Amino acid sequence: MREPTARSPRPRRTAHGPTAATAALVLALTACSGGGADTEEGSGGGADGAAFSGELTVFAAASLTDVFEEIATSFEEENPEVEVTFNFAGSSELAQQINSGAPADVFAAADTDTMGQVVEGEGLDADWAAEHSEDGQVFVTNNLRIAVPPDNPAGVESFADLAEDDVDVAFCSQEVPCGAATVTALEAADLDVTPVTLEEDVRAVLTKVELGEVDAGLVYATDVISAEGRVEGLDFPESEEAINDYPIGVLSASGDTDLAAAWVEFVTTEGAPVLRDAGFGTP
Amino acid sequence: MTAVATRSDRRAPRTRSGRVPWILVLPALVGLSFLILPFAGLLVRAPWPTMVERVTEPEVLAALWLSLSTATVATLVSLSFGVPLAWMLARTEFPGRRVVRALVTIPLVIPPVVGGVALLLVLGRNGLVGRYLDAWFGLTLPFTPAAVVIAQVFVAMPFLVITVEGALRGADRRYEEAAATLGASRVTIFTRVTLPMVLPGIGAGAILCWARALGEFGATITFAGNFPGTTQTMPLAVYMAMQRDPEAAIVLSLVLLLVSLAVLVTLRERWVNP
Repeated sequence: MREPTARSPRPRRTAHGPTAATAALVLALTACSGGGADTEEGSGGGADGAAFSGELTVFAAASLTDVFEEIATSFEEENPEVEVTFNFAGSSELAQQINSGAPADVFAAADTDTMGQVVEGEGLDADWAAEHSEDGQVFVTNNLRIAVPPDNPAGVESFADLAEDDVDVAFCSQEVPCGAATVTALEAADLDVTPVTLEEDVRAVLTKVELGEVDAGLVYATDVISAEGRVEGLDFPESEEAINDYPIGVLSASGDTDLAAAWVEFVTTEGAPVLRDAGFGTP
Repeated sequence: MTAVATRSDRRAPRTRSGRVPWILVLPALVGLSFLILPFAGLLVRAPWPTMVERVTEPEVLAALWLSLSTATVATLVSLSFGVPLAWMLARTEFPGRRVVRALVTIPLVIPPVVGGVALLLVLGRNGLVGRYLDAWFGLTLPFTPAAVVIAQVFVAMPFLVITVEGALRGADRRYEEAAATLGASRVTIFTRVTLPMVLPGIGAGAILCWARALGEFGATITFAGNFPGTTQTMPLAVYMAMQRDPEAAIVLSLVLLLVSLAVLVTLRERWVNP
């Protein structure tokens, strides 16, 4: 029920309608014009034999929404027969869905624990895992920032300021990756902070800060960049202790593991600049 | 006296006899099993050996208590504002009444999360009204149990209003008119004639309202946040548990279901079928 926009299929899909219609029309016309045209059509497809086709379903952590959308556009430009569809949600929820048999080709998680749940459920494709990594391939990292409203009403300047009594703080709940990272950072700083709320995901923390309902929240560096001026981000040294590794992997439920592996490859190579610009770190 | 009794005795079995109306009973059974099956799924998957241990954890009890108390307060608040609102919609004429009636159902239509955001924008610390509450009285609502109640009233009161309005429309207005010709004021008519007539309707509406408030999730987590002991109601605890420990989520769901069923069955007997 969270982030309905993030979950719905991308509107871009509808753009394929006309393309498909045109393709059908072309096929119908060539069929009418006889065998000669048919062979041409066939050789055209065979020319780039490695080209992929079909639908690729990617389950990805909510924090990857913007970058994966962008990377998918380039991927579909290179592979016009491929249609990438996404399911963006909290990593833990996605892991549950995959372990319950959701039909997905690729999973990109926001921490190694949630990928671990899928690995435990033997959700990763055995061949891919043997070739790359048994626990998923770590492709980016993310670390925490203190997010404050632009006018910084409580005058928060350091991580220790969050422990002040008159500072209202929002954290992620421990059950989700950003909350686990928060606990690690607090332990590293030996701080005892009582937040006013433990939100269900990092975007919810960001919303509370954006609306000025809390004085500060801990979010990912990438969220501060995506919020563009609606919140201010403060770096703090203890965030280095709480870096989240993002693993990606091809799933055993995939109907086309070659295509899925190609997407993973694409994300780690061509996608790298997009990920870097969004504020993700390199592993 | 006896004649009347025997006649009614004779009549009663006759209405029940005859063939079973399968055209009604079959869809009814399909409907019933559709509603019950998910519950059976929970029962099957529940981790029975560790049940007692999990249920008596202090966090579970705190969430359960918070849920029951906020839903009850939300129902009382809804009754005090919702019954007069239902009366206004059913018994008075004013321009734009149809629009108002449609507006009452807004919380039923919009996703509760959106309702929660809307509440933040109005009653939040920087909200349209909330900023004055903060500046003048030092009162901030979000992240408090009061915010939980407000979120619940927002989503649950329409159920009460619609039910009571329906009951008022179905009630025989001639009793009210008779009271008026005898010189009763409108308030007296309402409290002495109208209210007693629609009491079963109010009871049914209150039960719907309480049940909806108890299950409230989206508006609560958005407007009131989620903190154990303060704003974490059972539905929020279930959702959080689902992220890491689905078995714990099943236990919590069962607790919520059983407690609410117990309350609803008891109340229905007392209020709706006195």
